[in-house]
Amino acid sequence: MTHLPGIAFQILQSLFVVLAAPLLVGWLNQCRAWLQNRSAPSILLPYYTLAKLFHKDAVIAHNASPLFRTTPYILFGCMWLAAGIVPVLATDLPFAPAADIIALVGVFALARVFSALAAMDIGTSFGGLGARREMLIGFLAEPAMLMTLFTAAFISGSTQLTTIVETLAHREFVIYPSLAFAAAAFLMVLLAENARIPIDNPATHLELTMIHEATILEYSARHLALIEWATAIKLFAYMTIGIALFLPWGIAEAGDWKALPLAFAVLAVKLFFAGAGLALIETVLAKLRLFLAPEFLSTAFLLAVLGMLTHFLVRA
Amino acid sequence: MNPSLASQAVNLLAALLLLIAFAMLSQRRILTLIRLFAWQGAALAISTLIVAYSTGQTHLYFSAALTVLLKVAMIPWVLHRLIDRLNVRWDVETLINIPTTMLIGIGLVIFAFALAAPISQMANAFTKSTLGIALASVLLSFLMMIVRRKAVPQVIGFLAMENGLFFAATSATYGMPLVVELGVALDVLVGTFIFGIFFFHIREQFDSLDIRHMEKLKED
Repeated sequence: MTHLPGIAFQILQSLFVVLAAPLLVGWLNQCRAWLQNRSAPSILLPYYTLAKLFHKDAVIAHNASPLFRTTPYILFGCMWLAAGIVPVLATDLPFAPAADIIALVGVFALARVFSALAAMDIGTSFGGLGARREMLIGFLAEPAMLMTLFTAAFISGSTQLTTIVETLAHREFVIYPSLAFAAAAFLMVLLAENARIPIDNPATHLELTMIHEATILEYSARHLALIEWATAIKLFAYMTIGIALFLPWGIAEAGDWKALPLAFAVLAVKLFFAGAGLALIETVLAKLRLFLAPEFLSTAFLLAVLGMLTHFLVRA
Repeated sequence: MNPSLASQAVNLLAALLLLIAFAMLSQRRILTLIRLFAWQGAALAISTLIVAYSTGQTHLYFSAALTVLLKVAMIPWVLHRLIDRLNVRWDVETLINIPTTMLIGIGLVIFAFALAAPISQMANAFTKSTLGIALASVLLSFLMMIVRRKAVPQVIGFLAMENGLFFAATSATYGMPLVVELGVALDVLVGTFIFGIFFFHIREQFDSLDIRHMEKLKED
């Protein structure tokens, strides 16, 4: 039986993630602009873009099926659900038992399947191309992601994200070599899954290289806004999963209102550095050729497997 | 240093060693390969120092110093000179593609861990759990020698194998006697020089460092 403060926490966290996700993207873009010696756009630019898109009229191809129209809502819903499951501000939320880490990866996979289907729906060549590339990246990234999560699950003895975070946050200080491997693998998966630079360039619409952008080429106005927003929430969710697994200190318990300001502040600091770090990675790395993406992701898989093996061998 | 913290640090360094072994396996550039080899030597020296400090075995300090001198400074320097003189910087060719090599590498690691599990149960050193990692890095270096086509990466694989053996000795029995270690160190150094001379001879004979040419016994 869940009590009222827990539900209040759940609602607060879900709203917070949805509202703060564009801010993270704005901060990331700002850092990237600074690092590339450009004058940075406002940190609030993603909000303005969303507002602008919501006010426009949607243009939809004549041969679009209902699938094409519903996909943005499904994507947004999936990402919002994921944001509700991940312990961002507090552990032990009432939603958390609904899905463990495997189901969480499943939610992301569901979103990916729908975005690929919608991309192929119109029948343009770019859509099909983008969908195929997206699925290629997805099916390589997913095992690496699962292995990473399993490493953390083995250490804490549970696949519940909440339990993992509580075990890792409240332990005494121990060096886990396996978690170091897993963290490296997770970073690579994060870059690949969120269409970040070594795999995909989020700022380009160049036909030959784009992956994620090619799948959403046909969308406009409110549909595009929802997809952009969902992408921002996805990035936010991945970053908070990474924080929850590898830097979980300072998270609050559900219903513990006094710990909440601290949890907010700690999360803000962590995301501040994570965003800047991601911008740095994106600036120093060059985009890989598409055919090198399997190598990149198989390295991530290798690291994750090594992490798990190290855990078994060293028992730490 | 308290033993649990020391053993954690050694475990972390062991994991780092394994990671470097994999990085070497996947590396395409010879220069980076040499740099990775130097890093592996550094990790080895640090872990030897930690073992020396926490067990009070004085001769391990000497072997740590020897490792730094030889494997972090001297051999990489000799190799740098060699590839400068031979003018081979980029051409690391592999027999099978790199993702497949990595997968074989994972298989080797599992094999090594399974092999080392019963041995490390009998050992009573606090570093016993790293024996599997040492064995794995020996096997990975061996794999690297097998899949590389050119002579220089093969020699680096050989040297990395020696690193793995050294780590195995440190982790299983707190190191070999100092005389043996000195002998091995000298052997490795002399070996590197002889390999260097061999490189020049191979290149003079075949105009390339590809050792496939050596499979032919007579000219055709």
